[in-house]
Amino acid sequence: MGKFVSFVFALLLIATATVAQAAPTIRIGGLFSVTGPASFLGEPERNTLEMLVQEINARGGVNGSKIELFVYDTQGDATKAVQLATKLIKNDKVVAIIGPSTTGESMAVIPLVQRERIPLISCAAGVKITEPVKAWVFKTPANDQVAGEKIFNYAAKKRQKKIALLTVSDSYGSSGREQLKVLAAKKGFTIVADEVFSPKDTDMTPQLTKIRGANPDAVICWGTNPGPAVVTRNMRQLGITTPLYQSHGVASKKFIELAGASSAEGVTLPAGKLAVYDIISKKDPQAKLLREYDQAYRKKFGVEASTFGGYAYDGFQLIVAAVKKSGATPEKIRKGIEQVRGMVGVSGVFTMSPTDHNGLNLSAFEMVRVTKGDWVLAR
Amino acid sequence: MSEQLLQYLLSGLSTGAIYSLIGIGFAIIYNSTGIINFAQGEFFMLGGMSTYYFLSVAHLPLPVAMLLAVLLTTAVGVLFERLAIRPLRNASPLILVIITIGGSILIRGIAMLIWGKDTHSIPMFTGNEPLTIGGATILPQHLWIFGITLLIIIINRFYFYNTVSGKAMRACSHNRRAASLVGIDVKRMVLFAFAISSAMGSVAGIISAPLTMTSYDVGIMLGLKGFCAAIIGGMSSGIATVFGGLLLGVLEAFGAGLISSGYKDAIAFIILLLILFIRPQGLFKKAETERV
Repeated sequence: MGKFVSFVFALLLIATATVAQAAPTIRIGGLFSVTGPASFLGEPERNTLEMLVQEINARGGVNGSKIELFVYDTQGDATKAVQLATKLIKNDKVVAIIGPSTTGESMAVIPLVQRERIPLISCAAGVKITEPVKAWVFKTPANDQVAGEKIFNYAAKKRQKKIALLTVSDSYGSSGREQLKVLAAKKGFTIVADEVFSPKDTDMTPQLTKIRGANPDAVICWGTNPGPAVVTRNMRQLGITTPLYQSHGVASKKFIELAGASSAEGVTLPAGKLAVYDIISKKDPQAKLLREYDQAYRKKFGVEASTFGGYAYDGFQLIVAAVKKSGATPEKIRKGIEQVRGMVGVSGVFTMSPTDHNGLNLSAFEMVRVTKGDWVLAR
Repeated sequence: MSEQLLQYLLSGLSTGAIYSLIGIGFAIIYNSTGIINFAQGEFFMLGGMSTYYFLSVAHLPLPVAMLLAVLLTTAVGVLFERLAIRPLRNASPLILVIITIGGSILIRGIAMLIWGKDTHSIPMFTGNEPLTIGGATILPQHLWIFGITLLIIIINRFYFYNTVSGKAMRACSHNRRAASLVGIDVKRMVLFAFAISSAMGSVAGIISAPLTMTSYDVGIMLGLKGFCAAIIGGMSSGIATVFGGLLLGVLEAFGAGLISSGYKDAIAFIILLLILFIRPQGLFKKAETERV
């Protein structure tokens, strides 16, 4: 008899438990390099994701389910990224992962998510993450080659033919350098100088002196701060008046501040629209979203929103769109993301397909020029 | 072509001057304590970063900001000696070297927490109109770098050869035991050594920040380059290390310009290895059986 009573109690317990869990939470994982050398990527990514989850939960969640977020700091370390991804999948039982922040970490995590069949939305720009396409892997930053193509199209319009490259010797710069060389060959440009500098170099006048000797029509510098700012200052110091293109990696006011408004005058670069949302056309589909994101981020964290945070923003919106459309299991999310068409995000307008897991095109960037310490659209 | 070569030379000399100042900092501490202070690069960083802070956040005039930055860095250097080096005076040099590495990570971490991870720039001391010298161009700031480096080297020389405490410090570097037997307070000399080299490191950081910009992690690479300079100079706290720094800077610039810019840092470290293998006593010194 006693056994029977406890059995009934147990049944009741199970029944009430399931009632309480009528709308189970959607568990989403985040892997960002919040500390370490790539912290400039990971910190805004984590902040953005936490901000979005708070907002959406305050509005009642997605399809009535609250979102539960698990974020870990990979410290920019590929080994840690794999361990933490395993933890997210096995212990936290997440249905999708946003991150990691860098290409190296993303490549390390990819075999794991492919095996475990969990969608991964990388926040790193490396082209090899989604090319060739892997069933469970997506990424939100535009490929570097899109930015490069933007520069070459602009240079072609200005009838510049002989190009000098000056790239940073880290993964961002060397991948950019490869892409630029391929694009230059394809579009009929000649590379007359191909120089590099290391990320912490403080003086690029030797490279620039050599470049001046090669007499190019334009210089393309590819790197992230502070190197490109030093290059910009050094060019001014040497009195080189050749047009200078920078990459989207320095598309922030910080670059103008570091290079100095007078040295940076005339520098042209492809910028993600977040950096220039106040000067792009009001009719641009992204204009409203960019303004809202930037203002919300400033209000919460006291600093301007960065393109990097935007990568996590878009990753999260992709998951939300997929959950709304199909459902909250890993397979349904994967399918849902592949079906995303014309989703307006921070990095651009996403149109995914089974053969394109990035979904961005040339419209993700806008060519801008520094004029009197501010950006203007370059025509 | 000759204009190009002149430009490489001038670029190399200005970078080299900074290496020299950091290198002398290494040498002074090495000579008084027998340890390599790997936190030397952090003094460089503190100089630049705290100048930025006093200038842009506390809105003080540039000369005041620079003075405060030197004082702050010197205080950090002294504190570092007091808290990390002195309590372990009897530890082996290896342990002390590792402590300085730990100290450098700590200082860098604190700087990151206080000032953030961004790169900052401070304005040039006097204008940024380039000057033309025989077809090559330099900035007024380069003249400041050359001038201040020269001044520091002269003061340094005067201190070590013409003042009692300077001579006492040289005595310590020759033989610590004998120095203490003739009544020199060796512990105080070690403290002096840390004060002087942190002050010099910070000056190097301040004068180069307008050109190269500064962030919490600039000290790592420049610390290593300064170490190379000191090794080339045979750990002398005088003119040999200055030559070491200048040589390194010039070779880097020519290497980047004439061979390939990809090998710029490699050149510095190949020189370091070659010197350590072939002439561990430095490039300009006769071989000795015993360093002290």
